[in-house]
Amino acid sequence: MSLAYALLIGVLFATGSFLLMNRSLTRIILGVAMIGNGINVLIVTVSSRPGGAPIVGETDTTDSVPQALVLTAIVIGFALIAFMLALAWRNWTIDGNDIVEDDVEDRRVARRKDES
Amino acid sequence: MNNWLAVPIVLPILAAGVLLVARDRAFQRTISMVVLGVNLAVAVVAMVHVARSDSIEVTAMGGWRSSIAITLVADRLSVMMLVIASAVLLMVLVFAIGQGASDERSPLYLPAYLVLVAGIAQAFLAGDLFNLFVAFELLLMSSYVLLTLEGINAQIRSGTTYVVLNVVESSILLVGIGLIFAATGTVNMAVLSQRLAELPDSVALGLNLLLLVAFGIKAAVFPLFFWLPDSYPTAPSSVTAVFAGLLTKVGVYAIIRTETLLFPGGQEQLLLVIGGATMLIGVLGAMSHTQMKRILSFHIISQIGYMIMGIGFGTVAGLAAAVFYLLHHIPVKTALFLVEGIIEKEAGSSSFDRMSGLIHRSGPLAVLFLIPALSLAGLPPFSGFLAKFALVREGFDEARYGVVIVAIVVSLFTLVSMTKIWTGLFWGDVDPKPAAGRVGILRHHRLMSMSTVLLVAVTLLIAALAGPLFDYCEAAARQLTEPARYVRAVIGP
Repeated sequence: MSLAYALLIGVLFATGSFLLMNRSLTRIILGVAMIGNGINVLIVTVSSRPGGAPIVGETDTTDSVPQALVLTAIVIGFALIAFMLALAWRNWTIDGNDIVEDDVEDRRVARRKDES
Repeated sequence: MNNWLAVPIVLPILAAGVLLVARDRAFQRTISMVVLGVNLAVAVVAMVHVARSDSIEVTAMGGWRSSIAITLVADRLSVMMLVIASAVLLMVLVFAIGQGASDERSPLYLPAYLVLVAGIAQAFLAGDLFNLFVAFELLLMSSYVLLTLEGINAQIRSGTTYVVLNVVESSILLVGIGLIFAATGTVNMAVLSQRLAELPDSVALGLNLLLLVAFGIKAAVFPLFFWLPDSYPTAPSSVTAVFAGLLTKVGVYAIIRTETLLFPGGQEQLLLVIGGATMLIGVLGAMSHTQMKRILSFHIISQIGYMIMGIGFGTVAGLAAAVFYLLHHIPVKTALFLVEGIIEKEAGSSSFDRMSGLIHRSGPLAVLFLIPALSLAGLPPFSGFLAKFALVREGFDEARYGVVIVAIVVSLFTLVSMTKIWTGLFWGDVDPKPAAGRVGILRHHRLMSMSTVLLVAVTLLIAALAGPLFDYCEAAARQLTEPARYVRAVIGP
C-alpha cells in the first residue's frame, strides 16, 4: 500500500468527518459521499494489490472479492445519497432551509429543569 | 441443498417488486399477508427441524464452496429469532391494515414493509459479515422510507437525524469489515472465527471494537442511544412498533454473534459496564417524559441493557438468559406500542395532558396494557420476571453484584414509570368525553384489537411454556459458546 493512497484515504475521511459535523444537510450529504469514497479506496487498497485485474491467467491478478464488496458498497451509497437529497429537498420545501434541527421534545424536558 | 433457507429473504423482495407495480390496495394487502404467512411457516418448520436434529443448517448460494460462497446459516438462535420476528411482523401488518393510518394508504407502504421483512430475515441468517452489512442496509433503507413516508415536518426533522446517524453507523461497520478482510482475507464468519484467533491481540481488539461501536449504535446502547427516542415516536404506531420490537434487537443479535463467534470472550467487563449504564440511563430518561410513546421509546434502551448484561456474563447460562430475554422482549415491546397505537387512534394523542380515564371507557384495553407493562417491569408470573430472574441468578453465580443491583433497581424504576402511564392515561376523569352512545374502544377497532390480543397472548404463552423454551435457549447458548460446531457445519471438518 503506497503512501499516496494512505494520504488520500486520510484526507477523504478528515474532510468527510468535518462536513458531517455541519448543521446544513447538503454539507452532510457531501460529507457522506466523501467518507463513502474514502471507505471504498480503503477496501481496495488494504485488501489486495490495487491495479490488477481479477482475471485468472493474467500475470498480475488481484483478489476479486474486495472489488465485489466495493461495487456493492457503491450501489448502496448511491441509493443512500439519493434518499438524503430527497430528504433535503423536502426539508427545504417545508422550512425554506435544510438545517438539521434539535429534538423538540427533548429541549422541552431540558427547559423544564431550568424552570423548576 | 437447503435452498428453502433463502425463502424468507427472496420471497418478500420479489413480492415487494411486484407490489411496486401493482398498486391495487386489496391486492397489495392479500399478497403481503400471504408472504408473511409463508415466512412464518418456513421459519417454524426450520425451527422444528433444527431443534429436532440438533444440527446447523447451511446453504451455500450458487453451489460454490461454502467458504467462498454467500452462505446462509441457520442455528438455533437464528431460527428462533426468525420465528418470533415473522410472527410479530405478521401481527403488526394486520394492525397497520386495521389502523388505516394515512401512510398505510400510500401504495409504497407495503413494498417498503416487505423489504424490511427481507432485511430482518437476512440479518438473522447471514453467514458472512458483508451479507450482514447488506442486510442492515436493506432494513435501514426501508426503515428510512417508512419513517418519513408521510413527509410531515416532524418526521422529516427526526428522520434526518436518524438517517445521518445510521449512515455513520454503516460507514463504521463497512470500515470494520474492510479492515477485517485486510487482516484475514475473508468475510465468511466461520472462516473468520478461525483466522481472527491467530491475529495479534491489539489488532483483534481494534477490529472487535469497530464492530461493537457499529452494532452498538444499531442496538442503541449507552452512550450511542441518543438517536432513538428522537426518531421513533414521530412515526405512526405500527411502524414504531416494528422498529421498537425488531430493529434494535437485530443489533443485539449482531453483538451476540460478534462476541461469541468472532471474538469469543473478548470484552466481558466492557459489556457489563455498558449494559448497566444503558439500563440506568434509559429508565431515567423514561421517567422524565410525559408522553406514552416517548416513555416506551426510552424503555427500549433500558431493556437493551439487560440483554447486553447477559452477553457480558459470557457463560452458557448468561447467554441463555440473554437469548430468552430477546425472545420475551420482542412481543412484549411490540404489544405495548400496539396498545399505544389504539389509544392514539382513539384520542389523537397518547400525551398525559390530552387523555385520561381510559379504564372507565374500556376495561379490556387496560388489561391489554397491564399484561405487557407488568411483564416489562419483571413482575411474576409474566415472561419478563422469568427472563430477569435467569439474568439475576446468573449474576449472583458469577459474583457480579454491581450490575445485578443496577438491574434490580432499574426494574423497580420501570415499574414506577409503567405506573405513571397507568395513572396518567387510565385513571382519572374521563377526558375527552366519547361521543354519545359510544361504549368501549376495542370493538370499534376490530383488526387492531385482534392483532394486539394475539400478541399479548404470545407473551402469555412464552410465560406458560417458559420451561421448554428456556431449555431451547440453553441449547442455543451452548451452540453459541462452541464456535467450533458452527465452523464445522459451514466449512466441513
